[in-house]
Amino acid sequence: MKQFLALIKKEFAHVLRDRKTLLILFGMPVVQILIFGFALTNEVKNAKVLVVDQANDIASRQIIDKLEASRYFEIEEKSNNVHEVESTFKQGQVKLAVVFPLNFHHDLLHQNSAQLQVIADASDPNTAATLTNYVNSIVQDYTTDLNRSEVMPYQVTTQVRMLYNPQLKGAHNFVPGVMALVLMLVCVMMTAVSIVKEKETRTMEILLASPFKPILVIVAKTVPYLLLSLINLVSILLLSVFVLDLPVNGSVLLLFAESTLFIITCLTIGIFISVKTSSQQVAMLISLMGMLLPTILFSGFMFPIENMPLPLQIISNAIPAKWFYIIAKAIMIKGLGFSAIWRETLILAGITLVLLMVSLKSFKIRLS
Amino acid sequence: MREAVIKTDKLTKRFGEFIATNAISFEVQQGEIFGFLGANGAGKTTAMRMLCGLLIPSSGAGTVAGFDVYKQTEKIKKSIGYMSQKFSLYEDLTVLENIRFFGGIYGLSNQQLKAKSIELIHRLNLQKDKDRLVGTLPLGWKQKLSFLVAVLHSPKVVFLDEPTGGVDPVTRRQFWELIYESVENSITVFVTTHYMDEAEYCNRVSIMVDGKIEALDTPGNLKEKYGATSMDEVFYQLARGAKRGE
Amino acid sequence: MRTIRFLLQKEFRQIFRNKSILAMVIFMPVMQLIILPLAANYEVKNINIAIIDNDHSSYSQKLIAKITASGYFKLAAYNFSFKQAFKFIEQDQADLILEIPAGFEGNLIRENEQQLFVAVNAINGTKANLGGAYLGTIIRDYTGEIRFDLVQPGRLSPQPVISVVPMNWFNPLLNYKLFMVPGILAILVTMIGGFLSALNIVKEKEVGTIEQINVTPIRKHHFILGKLIPFWILGNVVFSIGLLVSWLIYDIVPLGSIVLLYGFISVYLLAVLGFGLLVSTYCDTQQQAMFIMFFFMMVFILMGGLFTAIDSMPQWAKVVTWFNPVSYLIEVMRMVILKGSGLVDIWKHLAIIAGFAVVLNCWAMLNYKKTS
Repeated sequence: MKQFLALIKKEFAHVLRDRKTLLILFGMPVVQILIFGFALTNEVKNAKVLVVDQANDIASRQIIDKLEASRYFEIEEKSNNVHEVESTFKQGQVKLAVVFPLNFHHDLLHQNSAQLQVIADASDPNTAATLTNYVNSIVQDYTTDLNRSEVMPYQVTTQVRMLYNPQLKGAHNFVPGVMALVLMLVCVMMTAVSIVKEKETRTMEILLASPFKPILVIVAKTVPYLLLSLINLVSILLLSVFVLDLPVNGSVLLLFAESTLFIITCLTIGIFISVKTSSQQVAMLISLMGMLLPTILFSGFMFPIENMPLPLQIISNAIPAKWFYIIAKAIMIKGLGFSAIWRETLILAGITLVLLMVSLKSFKIRLS
Repeated sequence: MREAVIKTDKLTKRFGEFIATNAISFEVQQGEIFGFLGANGAGKTTAMRMLCGLLIPSSGAGTVAGFDVYKQTEKIKKSIGYMSQKFSLYEDLTVLENIRFFGGIYGLSNQQLKAKSIELIHRLNLQKDKDRLVGTLPLGWKQKLSFLVAVLHSPKVVFLDEPTGGVDPVTRRQFWELIYESVENSITVFVTTHYMDEAEYCNRVSIMVDGKIEALDTPGNLKEKYGATSMDEVFYQLARGAKRGE
Repeated sequence: MRTIRFLLQKEFRQIFRNKSILAMVIFMPVMQLIILPLAANYEVKNINIAIIDNDHSSYSQKLIAKITASGYFKLAAYNFSFKQAFKFIEQDQADLILEIPAGFEGNLIRENEQQLFVAVNAINGTKANLGGAYLGTIIRDYTGEIRFDLVQPGRLSPQPVISVVPMNWFNPLLNYKLFMVPGILAILVTMIGGFLSALNIVKEKEVGTIEQINVTPIRKHHFILGKLIPFWILGNVVFSIGLLVSWLIYDIVPLGSIVLLYGFISVYLLAVLGFGLLVSTYCDTQQQAMFIMFFFMMVFILMGGLFTAIDSMPQWAKVVTWFNPVSYLIEVMRMVILKGSGLVDIWKHLAIIAGFAVVLNCWAMLNYKKTS
């Protein structure tokens, strides 16, 4: 036990000596939470719009005013020429063009129907579809206002309750996601690289020649990162509660227990990578290039997993971040207890065990 | 009298409060093998790095091959060769590739490169291993290769920083034979070492203690002056009072 | 010039000697480019709905039939209690609960008005919003039909209607892959260039070979160029393979000029590599370099406009994206590949990236000190 503590002490010395890395390690979660909390939103707003008003009458002006008043749109340019739409789109700033035909108001008054053309730059399909929807509902509101004088029979109204997130803030979705992402990448990378580094500089041979059991050498390397990650977890939670106004609805203790499990899973992945590789650069490329985008995409916090093709849905099951994201969401936002997440917990524990066994096995082979 | 290739006058390097080299003054003549001795942490490597143009001095003056150690570091680099204590050829390149690369960097022509490569490989007896990755060579061979690469472009001075660390006496002996051959080509050799038997091979040695040069003479004169039978004793008498070091 | 030739020879030998890195640098992006676009789809469909019908009337059945036939919703649970339905939400098996009150049909006919209750899992705001909007449209259509059935024609005066005619240019089918593939390729090329260059000089520092270089009369800009060019070529190779993959697998052919695309990516790679080299000159170990690069990559990627629109960001974040090279690349890729934009459209982007390239490389050169 005393020897083990000595090993851990050495690992801490390594970690604490490298100030630049330490700064990044602690700074990263903070910056990311701030970016996600304040800068990123799935909502589409402030989109630049080109208005081609060939009618220039009262109806078109009223609709333009309505568009301008909405927070979704920013009228960037007005023009009379439809041909300008394409060249404007090609410059990339404007996302939508609204074209009022000649005699817009006249048609509306006398024929009871008028057409409004909405051209979207669909090179970004999400924005295009959303903006078209927004225009649609603004125009619909406008016609409803026009018809207000008459009472319609048979009204079905809906009373909508937004559960968990009444203000539809992005943070509810992102904070658990960022937690998964940051913990995952930091743990995997740090363990993988620091073990491979010892292999590369051949200090690992010295450690392995010492009376320590190989497993202890490896475990000792992961302890500082476990602690570091728990500190990161605390700072993420503090920021989300005090800066983003996102309280933890469930048990904080349970959240920490589950996070610790997830951190251990990630440390195991790091060990696994380090056993399989022999140079720092390879380990880094695998844990960064190989894991950054798949983790963002497959954890489910950016893109809904149920929309993916079936083979990818199956692949996503192998991504631990996906399970932790579900767990974190359940505890933090839904305020659920262990009974709701025991399945996910079991899966994480299973992944950890399998990886650990495989790494240990190939580690032993390498030794003999 | 041959001209001095290295001249320093009260050359000093400070790192914050710490004075690594404290006002050292000496001269090294052309074609000389100059041993630069001192315990660990005495300031040898710092002094050497200043002379190689890797480190700007804090105060004092110095010239190497006639160039100023403050302003003409890049000119110095053209006239010197350097071999650091940490092996620093590319381990993932072959013997031949390393020779060609460093020769090319020093501006050797293609013909020179070819001739020098053949000559060098012959001298090291590496004909069979010329396409082996340097990383797979034994340490002694790496060191010899490293030295010959450092003098590939026939520099005026070659700086060797503990060139023979960690190898057996036979290999060290062979290494010094290479050094002697180079001196015949009138290359000046500036060498730091821990091994006192190697000090005996030098024309003159200086001994540094705590950043200062405490003694500078031929090995014979030094032994006489300190009433010692070997350089080992001389060194021990001077260095035991050191406050720095490991 | 000759010096650069020797440097290049050396760098290429080292790159090709390390087969595992070379393979990773080529295969990892290709694999990711093939798989990831399939996963990245914001389109909201298959919304799981739990319906509680307390009325069991023909009207409520009609509404339910309309909802399930719409294609947006999947009936996840039917006629449980609200408490049970809520459990489904908790377990993510339902996204939305619709409760039809008892007496729905009777009240609608007698009192002309009836309310429905909807509860949405709003953790994912977009999904909640869209789900609500789809449901609203369906209900509006539904009331229209009821009116049509119940009211004698002519009793209502005709209503002025504005029909919105939507058109989707450049991507009429709103195909997500068209949008994601160029963006993911942009990110992959950036990561390859950034990581490799950041790790390179610092590796020479860690191994000690940089000492041997520093003591040679090599010129600083030669050294930096010697590092830049191999990775620049490698980046172009990865980019070309990426274009090939997007053509073969996703049938994406650049609408605009290929030459322009390569021109931009060439300048862009110089900027990214310059940044990597700069990081490299500031660090002492590969670990440090990697972490610093990782930090910037993370910010660059997340704020690059691929996953969320830059327009929707607050002003300060928009200012941050001005300094994010990835955001320019993603935009230009989309402009040239999907919209066929020309040099007149992207010259500003090009000028800014060229500016980055010059500044970053000069900075890296100044910060690389042969003499300390």
